[in-house]
Amino acid sequence: MGESLQLEINGKKYSVNYPPDTPLLYVLRDELGLTGTKYGCGEGMCGACTVLLGGAARRSCQISVSVAASKPIKTIEGLEKDGTLHPVQQAFLDLGAFQCGYCTSGMIMSSVSLLQSNPHPTREQIVQAMQGNICRCGTHPRIVEAIEKAAAQLSAGGK
Amino acid sequence: MNSARRWLEPEPERYEFRALPMHQFALGRRDFFKILGAGLVVFAAVKSLAAQETAPGPLGFHSEELPTDIGAWLHLGGDGKVTGFVGKAEIGQNARTSLAQTIVDELGMPFENVQMVMADTALTPFDAGTFGSRTTPTMTPQLRKMASAARDLLVGQAAKRWNVPVQGLVAAGARVTNPATGKVLTYAELVSEQSLGSQIPPLNDPIKPPSEWTIAGQSVRKANARDFVTGSHRYSTDLRPDGMLYGKVLRPPSFGATLVSYDDSSAKGIGDVLIVRDGDFIGAAASTVAAAEAALSRIQLEWKEVPQISDKELFSYLKNNAQPSGEERFLQTKGSLASGIAAATRSLEGDFTVAYIAHAPLEPRAAVAQWSGRKLTVWMGTQRPFAVRDDLADIFHVSEKDIRVIVPDTGSAYGGKHTSDAALEAARLARATAGRPVKLVWTREEEFTWAYFRPAGVIEIKSGIDDNGKLTTWEVHNYHSGMSAIETPYDVPNQLSQYHPVPLLLRSGSYRGLAATANHFAREMHMDLLAQLAGVDPLQFRLANLSDPRMKAVLDAGAEAFGWPRKRIEEGQGFGLAVGREKNSYVATFAEITVDLKTKKVRVKKLVEAFECGAIVNPDGLRNQVVGAMIQGMGGALFEAIEFQNGRITNNRFSSYRVPRFRDVPEIEAILLDRKDIAPAGAGETPIMAVAPAIGNAYFNAMGVRLNSLPLLPSAS
Repeated sequence: MGESLQLEINGKKYSVNYPPDTPLLYVLRDELGLTGTKYGCGEGMCGACTVLLGGAARRSCQISVSVAASKPIKTIEGLEKDGTLHPVQQAFLDLGAFQCGYCTSGMIMSSVSLLQSNPHPTREQIVQAMQGNICRCGTHPRIVEAIEKAAAQLSAGGK
Repeated sequence: MNSARRWLEPEPERYEFRALPMHQFALGRRDFFKILGAGLVVFAAVKSLAAQETAPGPLGFHSEELPTDIGAWLHLGGDGKVTGFVGKAEIGQNARTSLAQTIVDELGMPFENVQMVMADTALTPFDAGTFGSRTTPTMTPQLRKMASAARDLLVGQAAKRWNVPVQGLVAAGARVTNPATGKVLTYAELVSEQSLGSQIPPLNDPIKPPSEWTIAGQSVRKANARDFVTGSHRYSTDLRPDGMLYGKVLRPPSFGATLVSYDDSSAKGIGDVLIVRDGDFIGAAASTVAAAEAALSRIQLEWKEVPQISDKELFSYLKNNAQPSGEERFLQTKGSLASGIAAATRSLEGDFTVAYIAHAPLEPRAAVAQWSGRKLTVWMGTQRPFAVRDDLADIFHVSEKDIRVIVPDTGSAYGGKHTSDAALEAARLARATAGRPVKLVWTREEEFTWAYFRPAGVIEIKSGIDDNGKLTTWEVHNYHSGMSAIETPYDVPNQLSQYHPVPLLLRSGSYRGLAATANHFAREMHMDLLAQLAGVDPLQFRLANLSDPRMKAVLDAGAEAFGWPRKRIEEGQGFGLAVGREKNSYVATFAEITVDLKTKKVRVKKLVEAFECGAIVNPDGLRNQVVGAMIQGMGGALFEAIEFQNGRITNNRFSSYRVPRFRDVPEIEAILLDRKDIAPAGAGETPIMAVAPAIGNAYFNAMGVRLNSLPLLPSAS
């Protein structure tokens, strides 16, 4: 049944006791109360559960907690530093790049991952990177603009 | 669950609901005011408002007694903060922000000083539901009346203190000023020294016309916006009250399947899992979802299934099973079809179909339920908290006043969150847990299977024009999909519009815009064929048959921005337009597409939409809604369709049910026409209506081929 596992999430260590094949998503939400990461489909097709694992965007519904234990995890709750939003969060806020907001955590985490690996993405590269994230409210154009704005902000040294 | 099934009866429209019995929730509200502190409370009878939202319906709702209780709409505290109370829910449409703007605009206060309490059956006035684009047209005047009354009371209080007449005193900037003496009293000072208590204000005060708005009409940032980018906003699905258990429902293998045998002996006694069986309802509650699922999987079950038709036979079923109905409201006529046909020199017939589609809100249906004795609290993302409350009361045989339904700002709905299912299920499970709350979150597969769909339909049009390209006759029949916008807005002297109900095949209900999308699709596609028949440009053909100036205005604005008419400069390129009106708002959509001539794949290159809904309350929020509707509309236009066979949904995941994604999104331009001379109308629905026909007409323009079904290209896009 359960197995004791050490997780490093947003710089904090957590010890959890879970069956090793449990998707990380449920441990984050149900055990640790990190509910900013959302369930949307359970098959890695919507991106609402996106977190950073070792810095790369991953669907937390598709990663087992035992695999996740091997690398540092960052969730939406870990982006803000000392009350200052991450430039991607700030850009989403400034441009109103959400409506119901349910996809927003996943959108932001995917965007952060993209800008880490490609600080100056073209519009086509943004679309490509975000293709796996669903927004049902149809806020896509603003999300693309927010990513461009955050990229400009980050490259201007506002990290 | 007969009560919930009430809502499954086929109805041409879904915003026609019974008038619900009204009750006082004094206890809850008084407790809340204890928290808010003493201050000015403005009460008003909700009767007139509820009357507006209770349209005549097939179940005789109109004849039922209308609510007579008093609801509280505003509280102005000694700290200078104002709280607005409305039964509407925030589901992503930005009503929390626009309603707050409305209150402070009328009251004369800064936006920072307002908060809204929404969709809580214990705290807010009764509300039929957040649907039908009703929030803005009903709540804007209502809240303005309340705020205007509160302002008058404050001015009156200041006049009393200064011993001067109220005439000449100015209420603005959260304070009352006497220009003659320069004296000032803040709203906070006016309510802090003595409670003004409950007041029933006169409701005939003039409210500010849009031309005098200051905070309304501005692009104020979404209320609580920061919580959405930090992940700290708590949706119903995120709640974790102390001692909470996770619920899971065992679903039948197919629609209508009934239980033949049941044996849970090997599922019981494992860990802390509780198994609940009540008739055909089978569920479990446990400390984890996985434990509940594991227990349910050990239950030995046998189901009896019933044979059912598949999506392949859908449209012939709809056509062949129409119920003859004498209901007058299903039939609208004008002039005489016979004389219209006689006057026509050319005539045209067209058949159109629309598929079932799913709302697929990204936050699935979910509820948290907690019993305390016979009192029940439910947190749920729903558009109809008061109806959920009443369904719960019916099912569990408790008084409505012992049930509280609270709606946290919700992860979207699009007309899909009207029913009570998740609440009933969570509450049923929670009845077995000795007071521990139970959270039930539907899976995506459950969402796609056990929720309800936008109804499929068949639409037939017969029309005729004369030698001048004027419409002489118009006959339209809609089978099953609904009546919204069934009547043509064009000037046709002889008309017949009829809705034909069909017994439900799949569970169906509201969807953003209801049947307006289907009826616009059929009409506007048909109009392009008529334009071709008349040898006239589609835009000119429409303008020649229109006299509604607001409809002409959106056509003109859209045409100018799009550059209509445009010349084809490459193979497979096509341009199309569509126009419409519904719920006192107007839309014209223009589409540019390219079709890959080999693969037949369609790429929407550009969408331009002009939209007018009277005076705009929040331009930025409105733009989000309009662009969002355009993108959502592309899904139903191009590829969304529910597939089913033998009582099963066969594409019940995002991997098999395609929704619009980033790569589908074209260049988009939304033109918002601000009419300060017209009271604000709702905007959640109308912007979706003309997208499908604009794209369909662009395809016709590109390929010369008529695509008369929605989705237009289920497999090629």
